[in-house]
Amino acid sequence: MSDLLNTQQMAEFVAKGCLKFEGVVPEALNQRFLAEVGHVPEDQVTDLLAHYGRIMAASGIPLVDAGTPLMQAYPQGSALADIFALPRVRGIVDSLVGAACVLDHHFLHITFPKRLYDAAGQTHTAQHTHQDSTIDPRRAFDVQIMYFPHEVTIDMGGTRYLPGSHLRIVSEAAVARYQNVRGQQHVVCPAGSLLVLHHGIWHGGGLNRSERMRYMFKVRLCPTTPQVRLWDTADLVEGTQPRPIFWTGLRPPAADVRTVLTTREPWFEADTERLEYMNRIRLWRYLTGNAEYDVDYWMTRVENEH
Amino acid sequence: MTSLRQKVLVLYLHDSALDSEVLAWAQYDGTGTERHGSGDSDTPPYKTGLAALRDGWRLIQASPLVQHASGDEFRTGYLKYEFFFEKLVQFP
Repeated sequence: MSDLLNTQQMAEFVAKGCLKFEGVVPEALNQRFLAEVGHVPEDQVTDLLAHYGRIMAASGIPLVDAGTPLMQAYPQGSALADIFALPRVRGIVDSLVGAACVLDHHFLHITFPKRLYDAAGQTHTAQHTHQDSTIDPRRAFDVQIMYFPHEVTIDMGGTRYLPGSHLRIVSEAAVARYQNVRGQQHVVCPAGSLLVLHHGIWHGGGLNRSERMRYMFKVRLCPTTPQVRLWDTADLVEGTQPRPIFWTGLRPPAADVRTVLTTREPWFEADTERLEYMNRIRLWRYLTGNAEYDVDYWMTRVENEH
Repeated sequence: MTSLRQKVLVLYLHDSALDSEVLAWAQYDGTGTERHGSGDSDTPPYKTGLAALRDGWRLIQASPLVQHASGDEFRTGYLKYEFFFEKLVQFP
C-alpha cells in the first residue's frame, strides 16, 4: 500500500525543495532502529571515534551497492525495511522518485556532546552550509530522506536547511561562507520524523549543545523513470489558468499551485526571486508533462518570439 | 603591547544598493573575543548595509555586476550582492 502525496504537497516540494513529516515512524520501530544500529546510552561512550567505528563495523545498517533498487536494499524484517514499507513512507518515495528508484548511498550521521569532541581533540562546531554531491544542473532530481529516530530538541542542533535553495546551481561547500540566511530552518521534531529534501537543498548539521547523541539516518534515492505524475493527481487542475498580474485589486491569491510556485522565500534577492519562479515553473512542467504550463506569464513573456 | 586586529562582516543584500535589506550574513573576529559560526543566529546583525556603515564598519569589497552569459541568463546560484566590511580594533 502506498499513501501518495497530493498535488499541493508536490507543489510545495517544487517551490521549497523540502517536505517535513513529523512522527510518521511508530515509536516501536524507532526503538528497533536504534537497537539495530547499536545505540548505547551516552554515559557508556567515552570515545566518539570508537563509537562510530563500532557502529560502522557491526551495526544492522547493511553495505549497499550504489544503484541497488530500494526494494532490495534492506533485509526483510529489518527496521529499515519496515520503515520503507510504511504506507506514508512508500507514498513519499513513489510520488517523488518512483517505485523503481535506486539507492545512491545511505549514512548514519551522529553528532556528539561537546565533551566527546574535547576528548578526541576535535573542534565542537556546526557543519558548514553545503549542497550535497557536486554541481548538478539536471531537471530530474534525487531525494534525500533524513530520518530522525528520536526526538530532536533545539539544543541538539538538528539539521539546518534553507527552503527554496534547491534550484540554485552551486558547487558543494562553495556556499560555506553563508553562515546564516534569513528563513533558514533548524530541525526540531518528535521521534520518527522525516525531512524529505530535493538533492540541491543547502544544509548543514547543527551544533549539538545537549548531553545526548543525535542520530540522523540519510538515504539518497534516484529515479529510474521520468518523474511525471507519480503522485495522487486527483486534485490536479489541468491547464495554466491565467490570472491578473500585479494589478490584482488587492484580492488575496488563491491557495493553489500558482500561488505556491510564486511565493518568495525571505532570502531571495529582488531579481533572482523572479528567476526562482521560472525555475519552479520549469520543474512543474517536467513533473506534470505539460510543456506549456505557466504562472503569471513568467515563461510566456520570455518565450514569445512573435 | 597592543596591535591591530581585523573583524570581518559579510552581508548579502536584497539588491546591489548598499542601503537594501540584509538577507544573509557572516562574521569573523580576528581578536578571538567573539565566536561566530554556521547557524548561530536567525536575526541579521543589521537591517541594511548602510546601517553597518553607520555603526563604524568600513566597506572593503562589493560584488561586481556581471553581464549574464548567453544561454545562462536564468540560472541562479550564489548569493549575488555580497559586501565585505571590516573594523580594525586594538588587541588586546
